[in-house]
Amino acid sequence: MKQLFKNAHLYDPASGLDGLGEIFVVDGRIEKISKGSAGREADEIIDLGGLQLVPGFIDIHVHFREPGDEHKETIESGSKAGAAGGFTTVCGMANTNPVNDSVFVAKFITNRAREKSVIRYHPIGAVSKNLESKEMVEFGAMIGAGCVAFSDDGRCVTDSYLARKTLEYLKDYNVPFIEHCEDCRLAMRGVMNEGRISFDMGLTGIPHASEDVIVYRDLELARLTGGHIHLAHLSSRHAVKALREGKRDGIRCTGEVTPHHLLLTEDDVKDLHTNFKMAPPLRTEEDRKALVQALNDGIIECIATDHAPHSVREKGVEFSQAANGVIGLETAWSSCMKLVLNGELKYARLIEAMTSGPADIMRFKDRGRLREGLLADFAALDLKTTWTVNPERFQSKSRNCPFNGWQLQGQVAKTFVGGRLVYDREQNR
Amino acid sequence: MSFLGKSLLDTDSLQPEQIFFLFEKARKIRDRKSSPAQNKTVALMFFEPSTRTRASFEMAAYRLGCHVLNLDPSRSSVVKGETIEDTAQNIEALGPDCIIVRHAGAGMPQQLSQRVKIPVINAGDGMRGHPTQALLDAFTILEERGRIEGERVLLVGDIMHSRVARSNFNLLTKLGATIGVCGPSTLRPELLGQKGYKLFTQLEEGLEWSTVCMLLRIQTERMESFQIPSMGEYNARFGLTPDKLRYFRDDGIIMHPGPVNRGVEITSSAMEDRRCRILTQVRNGVFVRAALLSSILGVEV
Repeated sequence: MKQLFKNAHLYDPASGLDGLGEIFVVDGRIEKISKGSAGREADEIIDLGGLQLVPGFIDIHVHFREPGDEHKETIESGSKAGAAGGFTTVCGMANTNPVNDSVFVAKFITNRAREKSVIRYHPIGAVSKNLESKEMVEFGAMIGAGCVAFSDDGRCVTDSYLARKTLEYLKDYNVPFIEHCEDCRLAMRGVMNEGRISFDMGLTGIPHASEDVIVYRDLELARLTGGHIHLAHLSSRHAVKALREGKRDGIRCTGEVTPHHLLLTEDDVKDLHTNFKMAPPLRTEEDRKALVQALNDGIIECIATDHAPHSVREKGVEFSQAANGVIGLETAWSSCMKLVLNGELKYARLIEAMTSGPADIMRFKDRGRLREGLLADFAALDLKTTWTVNPERFQSKSRNCPFNGWQLQGQVAKTFVGGRLVYDREQNR
Repeated sequence: MSFLGKSLLDTDSLQPEQIFFLFEKARKIRDRKSSPAQNKTVALMFFEPSTRTRASFEMAAYRLGCHVLNLDPSRSSVVKGETIEDTAQNIEALGPDCIIVRHAGAGMPQQLSQRVKIPVINAGDGMRGHPTQALLDAFTILEERGRIEGERVLLVGDIMHSRVARSNFNLLTKLGATIGVCGPSTLRPELLGQKGYKLFTQLEEGLEWSTVCMLLRIQTERMESFQIPSMGEYNARFGLTPDKLRYFRDDGIIMHPGPVNRGVEITSSAMEDRRCRILTQVRNGVFVRAALLSSILGVEV
């Protein structure tokens, strides 16, 4: 199968690509990228009508609730939500029910993904059995079953010795240990950022130190072991500072940030809408600015949504009891465009942080860039159209979106996986 | 200005004129003999156990001649784990004229009021607020001290976890009082200094400074969570004893929202002190709540 993607503005800052061009695809891989006409015979010609074509987005942090909570999200519905957001690869966290802590569950998930997912789906294995920080999973066998990284996300690896040994053991496989940085004793039963607002609202606060102490611990363990620590969903400016220092010292450390931590602050919690409740919590404007700055500087190399679907049963209750987490796949790029349009974030960094950045963290050598020989995974972006976020129209099974009602400029128009169209906004209207 | 048909969720939304309007009404209710017959029903929904606030609201409703619908959420179809939307629809379908709600979750009355058409009165939500307690405290200060503006009110004890403290900070500063706080650092957030409140580590100093001493209840679980080493140490440092009371002015008043832990926040002998107004607060609670209810329901006093 030969395809020609033409009349597109090719954009990939990691490959230095920025201009009109054509991409010739053979059997799902990029055969040739040319500035002018590729001048080749194709079975199919895809005219992109001047849309911007970027590498398909990669989200290394999602929660598709299969197995266990299929009423919130399945691999199928989640993958469609991903496709609608321009994502062509996602990595799913292990806190399903049962937990992805065995070859058995990992194989179930990879089989399920093969049958049902419209985009590339890779499981992340748990670090410890049942996320209890007591017993290691069989890392090697689970990598064999398709796991691309390990994390107890949703919970922190509370045992520092286990964290150390995980970093050491995973060096042999060259896959990252992804930490949910939260000292659960310091976070206690907190439900929002600790500060003046939490005090006034009578809500138990989560101090930034609950994140900072684990970030510092894990950076020191990575220094000690030479392992790769990836810090999930950073929220605290002090943690960002630690990551910056860690990089300067040559520690193998990477970091990610979510769109909601880049766009929202603790002030948004005031109306008690439970779609502003997540772990880690939304923090202060100062923290938010530090996160944007670190993303601009390349200290944080990756945007990840932490797409966490919940039904109204978990979210429609009082704030203190509501489940943590928000969905984000279908708004990720468009919501972050707000930061580009108001001059806070460089557009090149936004694209890198959703493509080459996450690909490098996960060692996905076959994607994340527009480059000959790589997979023909693309997102076609319309930078002009303004639209209103309406979760009722989402592909996701859940509606817990904090950007409900936002007017956003920039919309994902089409998504291609291996050259195949998996999302087209024209069919979603 | 009018309370008619409005919710009371916090003290933030109250204007001084409204507060004094209520106080005038509370006096009327206090001094009046008979109760007017009315055909209004107030629903009491207490998701959290409470004896005195519930009883106070019931008495207030009876003073106005209102019917009281007591909903025990643990024993009715309105159960914990139901969504707020469902709770709201169920209670509204029963047809009361207003809902008085107590809940462990901060902000729950606000979330409930977003989903019903009838007024909601917050009878205490987690650590967030207890607006009617603040109103009755302010009324008590006004009646017993003759003014609120210029009073120096010292709150003693577990500020961190106290909804009474939060509502009082808001209401009393709005009415011109100055706030001081005293308690162990674990329970007295430093950020209160940024708000312009005076911080005291010694109760004696706080007592010397204040005209009103408001004690807050200390709960036993605070020891388990490392906030204080023991009740004994707490009493030694912050318990009101006859010895410490020597530092307090003669015409000052002592308050406590109840229930009192005798021997912890205050010793039995200090409770006998003539400056103590704890029972006056309980009495005033009925009048102030009746004033609020009559204003919200449009019931003639």
